[in-house]
Amino acid sequence: MDLLHDLLFDYTLRTVALGSAALGAVSGTLGVFAVLRREALLGDAISHAALPGIVLAFMLTGSKSTIVLVGGAFAAGWLGTALLRVITHQTRIPSDSALGIVLSVFFGLGLMLLTFVQKRPDAAQAGLETFLFGQAATLLQGDVIVIACLGLASVAVVTLLWKEFKILSFDPEFGGSLGFPMDRIELLLGTVLVLAIVIGLQTVGVVLMAAMVVAPAAAARQWTDSLGTMVWLAALFGGLSGAGGAVLSSTGGLPTGPAIVLTVSGFVALSMTLAPRRGLVWSWLAARRRRAAIRRDTVLADLYALYLQHGRLEHGHPLAVLEAMSEAGEGTRRSLEALEEEGLARRLVDGSWGLTTEGREAATELLAELQPENGDGGGG
Amino acid sequence: MNPQRAEDAPVPAIEVNDLTVAYQENPVLWDVDLLVPAGVLMAIVGPNGAGKSTLIKAILGLVEPAAGQVLVHGAPYDEQRREVAYVPQRGTVDWDFPTSVLDVVMMGRYGDLGWFRRPGARERKLAMEALAKVEMDDLAHRQISQLSGGQQQRVFLARALVQDARVYLMDEPFQGVDATTERAIVRVLQELREQGNTVVAVHHALQTVPEYFDEVMILNVRHIAFGPVDEAFTDDNLRAAYGGRVSFLHAGADVGA
Repeated sequence: MDLLHDLLFDYTLRTVALGSAALGAVSGTLGVFAVLRREALLGDAISHAALPGIVLAFMLTGSKSTIVLVGGAFAAGWLGTALLRVITHQTRIPSDSALGIVLSVFFGLGLMLLTFVQKRPDAAQAGLETFLFGQAATLLQGDVIVIACLGLASVAVVTLLWKEFKILSFDPEFGGSLGFPMDRIELLLGTVLVLAIVIGLQTVGVVLMAAMVVAPAAAARQWTDSLGTMVWLAALFGGLSGAGGAVLSSTGGLPTGPAIVLTVSGFVALSMTLAPRRGLVWSWLAARRRRAAIRRDTVLADLYALYLQHGRLEHGHPLAVLEAMSEAGEGTRRSLEALEEEGLARRLVDGSWGLTTEGREAATELLAELQPENGDGGGG
Repeated sequence: MNPQRAEDAPVPAIEVNDLTVAYQENPVLWDVDLLVPAGVLMAIVGPNGAGKSTLIKAILGLVEPAAGQVLVHGAPYDEQRREVAYVPQRGTVDWDFPTSVLDVVMMGRYGDLGWFRRPGARERKLAMEALAKVEMDDLAHRQISQLSGGQQQRVFLARALVQDARVYLMDEPFQGVDATTERAIVRVLQELREQGNTVVAVHHALQTVPEYFDEVMILNVRHIAFGPVDEAFTDDNLRAAYGGRVSFLHAGADVGA
């Protein structure tokens, strides 16, 4: 209740939560396209590449205002992406290596500049190092407005060029054959992605910002097979993680970046386990159902084989015999009970098992279905 | 060019002159000429690495040629884009992409829609009609990851049909498809021809060339031959493209015919 009260009435907390929600929603939205284009790590390279831009922007202007620093980050991040594309297209260096090169060179340069600036005697530089791991508590209302405006701009571009970005992500060559300038559309998507990343750097930090691009989209993909729904879900997960993590960090004294990233990881973990069809629980249950069905068919066939030997439905067979036949061991009893429920098998008075008339029908049908395959594998 | 447009001489659907394409110094296509008459089904055959896909992409302007010229119905491709539909190899896209069959087919309308406009009821209707032609209308709302290889290929074919073009360029439309799909595709190709359209398809199974196609181009970096199947599809030409290995295949096809 205190938290709710603070969220509604504490100016600082509200600002921080709003700003972080906005950046999470924006990076979640753009992250969908990065993930679907298998460029998830591009976000990592861009955010690391932005660091020298932030420090240089401060060194050149002496200002720490959000617009200046975000501008520097944008320029450096964009330069990093451009360099990445040049390396992959013009040389034989594969794209993952190029990613590693750009990321480490830019980040190393940024760290060097940061150390250099921090050795200066004046205190004006204080706070630049928060860009490493992020500090939402430093967000002011002005910052939130900048984040919101730039975020809205990038979301507007996605809305406007929805079908162009969709075909770029699914089948760029077909898009090219329709006459769309795919390289320019790609450049635009890349630019908007850089924008979405740099507005999050103050809050999340350059080290962990990539998670805000990849994780909401990866979580969203688990729940839906529609691109539109996936974008909405990714924005929701990103927004909730941003706000949740920021509040967690402000109230618990944690660094903001890690708090936000841990929150979004929670969404990923939940989605990976619980989502229908794609989730682990679902696949586990499906595999279990398949195994049970196969076991049931085996036991039914075994009962049928025994029936053929004795020629009478009234003749029962002890559980131990069936267990020995089917190699399924302890699962045999459960399979028999399942067959009994379906009315295909029955327990005789002495506790042994036999087929019902329906069971005999079902077994004949089952064996007829399997027959061709048995014929193929009949060599052994 | 003008002499070819003299009266009575029909304008070819596709005319390729002296086309050369190179990736990092290695020529993939070398001085290739091709004439596709309007209203025929033409196969492009040749061994792996012969540049078949590259030729299709060069005609579509997807790869930059080092030299040469492509005309579609007598005019540069840029002016004739609406006349041309493309069926890429189905292996080139991620079939786990979060989208439905209907959505993919509607992508064939994106060119006519132009910038910014989203597909609407009209596009939906056209896409459903195209899906019906390839017997996939009952799967319109299925997620594309749940399709078999043959169904994927038919979706791509429907996406090209919905472009309502006059020239169809297909990259291995029969690659790895089931018998049902193969029959469906052949029927669609024949319908396209009956309506006066032209189809050029990269094709792998040499045995079916005489059965499915009117014309053939035999390619191995340089063009070996093109023309009506009974003139160009000879043992000598095939051997020139494939080396000695092919004689068995083609002899088998002859016996069958």
